[in-house]
Amino acid sequence: MPDPSFLFAQSLSGLTAAMFLFLIASGLSLIFGVLRVLNFAHGSFYMLGAYLAYQVVQWVGTGTGRFWWAVIGAALGIAILGGLVERLLLRHLYAKEELYQLLFTYALVLVLGDVAKRLWGTGQLSISRPPGLTGALEIFGTRLPHYNLFILILGPAIALGFWAVLHRTRAGRYIRAAAQDREMLGALGVNVTSLYTGVFVIGSFLAGLGGALVTPVKTVVPGMDVEIIVEAFIVVVIGGLGSFWGTFLGSIVYGQVLSFGILIFPRFSIFSVFALMAVVLIVRPWGLLGKPLR
Amino acid sequence: MRRVPWGVLVVMAALFVPALGSRFYTFVANDVAIMGLFAVSLNVLIGYTGLVSFGHAAYFGIGAYTTGILMKKLTLPFVLAFPAAGVVAALFALVFGFFCVRLTKIYFAMLTLAFAQIVWAICFKWNGVTGGEQGLPEIPYPDLAWMQKLPFFGELRGSDHFYLLSVVLVAVCYWALHRVVASPFGRMLTTIRENPERAEFIGVNVQRYELIAFVIAGMFAGLAGGLFGIFNRGAFPDFAYWTKSSEVLIMTLLGGMGSFWGPAVGALVLLVLNQQITSYTEYWPFVLGTVLIVILFAFPGGIVGALESARARLGTRHA
Repeated sequence: MPDPSFLFAQSLSGLTAAMFLFLIASGLSLIFGVLRVLNFAHGSFYMLGAYLAYQVVQWVGTGTGRFWWAVIGAALGIAILGGLVERLLLRHLYAKEELYQLLFTYALVLVLGDVAKRLWGTGQLSISRPPGLTGALEIFGTRLPHYNLFILILGPAIALGFWAVLHRTRAGRYIRAAAQDREMLGALGVNVTSLYTGVFVIGSFLAGLGGALVTPVKTVVPGMDVEIIVEAFIVVVIGGLGSFWGTFLGSIVYGQVLSFGILIFPRFSIFSVFALMAVVLIVRPWGLLGKPLR
Repeated sequence: MRRVPWGVLVVMAALFVPALGSRFYTFVANDVAIMGLFAVSLNVLIGYTGLVSFGHAAYFGIGAYTTGILMKKLTLPFVLAFPAAGVVAALFALVFGFFCVRLTKIYFAMLTLAFAQIVWAICFKWNGVTGGEQGLPEIPYPDLAWMQKLPFFGELRGSDHFYLLSVVLVAVCYWALHRVVASPFGRMLTTIRENPERAEFIGVNVQRYELIAFVIAGMFAGLAGGLFGIFNRGAFPDFAYWTKSSEVLIMTLLGGMGSFWGPAVGALVLLVLNQQITSYTEYWPFVLGTVLIVILFAFPGGIVGALESARARLGTRHA
């Protein structure tokens, strides 16, 4: 039996990873839930968010509060990019088969990946932690950096905020209705076209936000887009495509399986999450908390 | 016009590529022949049965590793190691497909992806058998010394001999796949694509047909992988990675899912384009993505679809 403080540290690191992942996966899940498009480019938006945050820090420097400018700026930039992509291109593929939408978002992965390489090169970039969150906290013999603590609080906060918007506002009701039956919502006089754009913009915003927030703890490199999208897919599939709390649960499960899988099968930890995904798909294709598609 | 045996002509032409004397042309032609088979095998699922598999690279990778391990580690002859690639890939396709065909649409795609990633993870980590991250380099060429006794082909290099062998084997595979999709079984797959409920009503066991199609597609992808491992002088985990699956999807779409030869044409265009572009710029993915977007928006039928509709338009003008 390993010592409990080690287990605690392990599950805490899994939880931090889960909250980062939740930021990304929630946007992916939202877009799938409403638009029924599995957006491969979500990972690219995440990567571009990280690069944009780096770029803004280069411009404004690293003084107090500057980091947050970079984070907000990057997330907004990606939101605008997402809006453009949906308005100008993706919209014209809704009527076509799923394969076309899937391949379109994959084409974006290829294009955006090279654009990022052209603009920022192939080196490893990083940003230092924002002043005020550079310290660490000691709990049960485990060192928890303040920045990770911030992420641990931010994740559930965003989840709750999201839930409040979806269930307590008019826009949220429209979004839930669009996920149920888009034709009916359109027939009732709601502008579904702009609703779709709005949802895609929000999803992209979350991807950009996640990318920007990850920069102090991970280096920014080409290839992080492809890596994260596979992880985010696993999360939404486990939790249930389009299910909001499912994504939250899926992230936590993923983080824990990965951080404890390493202890049990050191070499096969990636294997354990893919296997988990396959089992979920076989037993409950719609995920732990999702609803079966019509 | 309809009587021209295009298949035979293409194979004959392909056999004369080494006579051009260029190592580069033979290399590209070999790549095209094998990847074309891989893409055509995928089209049995997508174009004919309407199942979008996002994990077809799994069977390609399994085939490559099977042939590679058998020939390199167990020093079995090619005559056994090559069919083994098809058999092992078909077995995996049977097991994975059993679960996949129970799902529909996007969930089918996701589960095929999940299984492919499992295969990739195993290839990537199981150092003892697959060589792990380093892959399985230096898979030997099959023993083709007997080809030196043949007229015309005698003076060619070893890689040319392997090319001739792959052209013949790939041609046989194309022929077999063509027989499959043109058979009553193949027609039934098309019926399932068009209307699965209706197929169910007239008494067809849809899932069983889909599973058989899945196994056939997996088997030929495995055979393509077996050849590719030798051609590439090694099998690597990337062969089963999801980006490989999307690469072959792009070939299929580029050439045209609506015809049997479309995906092979797509493989030809994509690989030749790749060779041309990568000598000018490192940004090949950018070009590929742009081409893909243009195809998706402007030519949803792919190259073959566009050619056919152009010919139909010309035909009506003449009539």
